[in-house]
Amino acid sequence: MSLVEIKKLTFEVGQTKILDDLNLTIGFQEIHALLGANGSGKSTLAYVLMGFEGYRPSSGEILFDGEDIGSLQTYERAQHGMTLAWQEPARFEGITVDQYVRLGRDGIDPRVYLRAVGLSPEAYAPRMVDKSLSGGERKRIELASVLALKPRLAILDEPASGIDMLSVQEIIAVIRAFRDEGASVLLITHVETIGLIADRASQLCAGKIIATGDPKEIADQYKKGSCVRCDGQTCLPSVSVMTNN
Amino acid sequence: MRELKVLTNTFASMGGDPEVFDDTHIAHMAANGHRVLSHRDVPGVKIQAEETSEAIISTITVARGMHIQFPIHLCIGIIEPRGIQRIQTQLIVEEDASVGFLAHCLFPNVESGEHRMEAVIEIQPGARVKYLESHYQGPYGGMTVVPQALVKVGRAARYVSDFNLTTGRVGKLAIDYVIQVEEDAVAELTAKVFGRGNDEITIKEKIELNGENAKGLIKTRVAVEHEAKAELTGIMEAHAKGTRGHVDCREIVKDHAVASAVPIVKVTHPLAKVTHEAAIGAVDQKELETLMAHGLDPEQATELIVSGMLQ
Repeated sequence: MSLVEIKKLTFEVGQTKILDDLNLTIGFQEIHALLGANGSGKSTLAYVLMGFEGYRPSSGEILFDGEDIGSLQTYERAQHGMTLAWQEPARFEGITVDQYVRLGRDGIDPRVYLRAVGLSPEAYAPRMVDKSLSGGERKRIELASVLALKPRLAILDEPASGIDMLSVQEIIAVIRAFRDEGASVLLITHVETIGLIADRASQLCAGKIIATGDPKEIADQYKKGSCVRCDGQTCLPSVSVMTNN
Repeated sequence: MRELKVLTNTFASMGGDPEVFDDTHIAHMAANGHRVLSHRDVPGVKIQAEETSEAIISTITVARGMHIQFPIHLCIGIIEPRGIQRIQTQLIVEEDASVGFLAHCLFPNVESGEHRMEAVIEIQPGARVKYLESHYQGPYGGMTVVPQALVKVGRAARYVSDFNLTTGRVGKLAIDYVIQVEEDAVAELTAKVFGRGNDEITIKEKIELNGENAKGLIKTRVAVEHEAKAELTGIMEAHAKGTRGHVDCREIVKDHAVASAVPIVKVTHPLAKVTHEAAIGAVDQKELETLMAHGLDPEQATELIVSGMLQ
């Protein structure tokens, strides 16, 4: 049994299918990488999974630990254990990093989670989660706050974007920390070295999962241009990689 | 003495330390309506206050070159259910002096009242002034508050003000500030207001950057809910080489409240620059969803965003 089962999920904007009859499973304590070109629907899938406003599917099912969560609001899904670290997290005036990392979970020590993402608690805990942070700093704080939630499913949308190359290993360690804490991870990434730490990977092309399997094989297929440009018009779905879904 | 006790007790209930009014190292003035209840000078600070039936007329002078260690506390208000308070004040901060003001404006029991502040603030060259003003107006919504100020910021001086009315009901608020900024000087105005019920908020703030390299910032944060109305006008004028100004206005609107913002920028020198940004509307959806993805329900998330903005 899987923690997440997505069955025939379709999400449309007007006449355009952004997610098209999509099927995907994520196992318990599995890191599942999702590869795909810009516009293939990766972030949309994350938003649909979280139940954000304007991201209700037109058909299909999302089962979370066997329960259909389609009718739940975002915060109810979060309370069930699903959460998202955004690619470009929001900024908040008047909320400190310390407060932010404590959100949604009582009794935690934010210092532990700030250290886990490579930030000095002394320097960062009193700062505001606002425009004064760089993009990379904000991303790390988002990861710290999501880690602190101890989720059952962490959806990480491009966790390494905006992070300097020297720190990629730190981000990899954080992703592994989710699994070590008992979480499953849906890892949306363009960075091959990060995608390769996954247990399985899937390739998304024009809203469809076109292959699932070993992360290296999926990454190789992706690099070969199996889905060159997924804008709903120029998309070349592959048939060469086995689907082990 | 009873009036002073009531006023300082209210101050304490807002988290203030009433002992500041007994501390001989801290200058202060306390007034209820048109009665001056107490005032104290400290070395470098002279406070003169005259009671009339129409107003309190006060002058506060900070002597040249003096760096006042503790902020001057101004504890003013109306403790009765009805009343009028008008204060005409002149603040003079002489050359190269530095001082802070903490103004506590307390109207905890006022069902129907009016508070007018007419201030002329002269900040002489090289001086530094930080003026923080916090209001507590109780739950009735019957106050009318009219703060008016003309602030002259001299060469290489600095003026920072922060107006805060987020606790209790606003009633009617009409701020009207004009700040004139000379060469190499800086002026920063921040106003944070939370309107509820049928509160009416009008904020008009104008900074004139008159001297070379003068800098100005107008930052306004307003939240309105229920039937409240808010109208903000931020005016930034840049008249000299190297001047830089920015108007930053954010309003969150809930329920049937109405808000408007009018940034007015005027530049009369080719080497001056003024920018503005304004955001008005419901709570930002991405901020809301980020917090909901952390398990907060929509009400908790909205409250956190609004309180953070007004922090």
